[in-house]
Amino acid sequence: MQGSCGCQSAKGRTCPSDTAAPLRELTPVRPQPVNRLRYFGTGLLALIVWTGCYLAIEPLAGLLIRAVPGLSAHASAAAALEFFVYDTAKILLLLVLMVYVIGWLRAGLHVERVRDFLAGRRRVLGYVLGAGFGAITPFCSCSSIPLFLGFTTSGIPVGITLAFLITSPLINEIAVVLLWGLLGWKLTLIYVLAGLGAGIVGGWIMDALRAERWLQEYLKKSIGAGAAQRPAEAAQRKIGLRERHLFAWGETCSIFRRVWRWVIIGVGLGAILHGYVPEAWFAEHLGAGQWWSVPAAVAVGIPLYTNVTGIVPVMEGLLLKGLPVGTTLAFCMSAVAASLPEVLMLRQVMRGRLLALFLVTLLVLFSLLGWLLNAVQGWLL
Amino acid sequence: MNIKILGPGCARCHETEALVRAVAEETGCTADVEKVTDFREMLQLGVMATPAVLVDDRVMCSGRGPTREEVRDWLAGAGQR
Repeated sequence: MQGSCGCQSAKGRTCPSDTAAPLRELTPVRPQPVNRLRYFGTGLLALIVWTGCYLAIEPLAGLLIRAVPGLSAHASAAAALEFFVYDTAKILLLLVLMVYVIGWLRAGLHVERVRDFLAGRRRVLGYVLGAGFGAITPFCSCSSIPLFLGFTTSGIPVGITLAFLITSPLINEIAVVLLWGLLGWKLTLIYVLAGLGAGIVGGWIMDALRAERWLQEYLKKSIGAGAAQRPAEAAQRKIGLRERHLFAWGETCSIFRRVWRWVIIGVGLGAILHGYVPEAWFAEHLGAGQWWSVPAAVAVGIPLYTNVTGIVPVMEGLLLKGLPVGTTLAFCMSAVAASLPEVLMLRQVMRGRLLALFLVTLLVLFSLLGWLLNAVQGWLL
Repeated sequence: MNIKILGPGCARCHETEALVRAVAEETGCTADVEKVTDFREMLQLGVMATPAVLVDDRVMCSGRGPTREEVRDWLAGAGQR
């Protein structure tokens, strides 16, 4: 979970309400007939143009660099600049495509729907599904408390809710594109698996400790009180092509507006660090040799307030400087998964004891993950 | 007409509130706009994701900021009833 709000993806959802009786969802965008042929035709055309751009950026970057007078004299600077232009353009293009496609696919996925789906699941499958939904559902951390309340009152075990809340900020399509573009598919895969694993195991531990004992009193009383609620109406409403497009396009624009500078920072940082910060700095100060460097990194990361978009360039920088992959991931994931503002918000639903347990669980989990990855690092990368 | 804007007070909730107020003023709508920041009240209103906008206690949108056109539609639609 994370505490920032203009943070993750734009999270568009319409939703019904279900505790107050006669509530009715109004269609937010009036359904209008769509010319399917035109829509898909335009889509295909856009995809062709996109592919053209994608294929063209490499030669174009080369041309652009050669066109700058005097630059060819400095071969290494020219190469770095070409790499910078090419990589920035590539990641931004990938981002636009991915966000649109994913926005299109999940236009109909609301938290209410996820809740109805998770309610009544058996535990083990519940953790996996909770973490899985956390990864794909758009969700702003400011909603973590209303969501916690909504899930808990409909009888979903605390562990499954926490699995959702741990994984949600860690994994989203922006993180995947940035990691892939900057650090390659292997690290992306490790990151995604680690994020899901943290949610699943974290949720399971919280339930094993019977965490619901230490919820705030008012909440304990209403556990399951909403279980008999009627299913969300919006979940049954069919989403039209037009709404899907509007939602996906809105997501693409707002995410792009927020993320483009992180891409430039990320690629630029990689280029600069590569040349100017001595490789040995981190190895000397936080080398894999010291076992305590992993929990120390996690302890520093937990109160930090950041989101996954901002942390990927940092991660890239740390890795390039020779910090072991486990220590890096442990630090970055703990920075994203929890933060001081988030903890203060959770205080409204959890008693101090549960909150402390939750934080210790995260500390232990991310430390174990870091040690494990450090141990197998040579074999992984 | 009563409009409630639900949100703990983050950037997007403030944006939503400002937008609703602006549109209400623009269209000369005499609704009372109210901000709800209490989580328990949100739960009672049946909202799980913020920011959310309720018109006469009906959830118009939640988990996202509405567009200007949507807000205009809601205000106009409520006026006709």
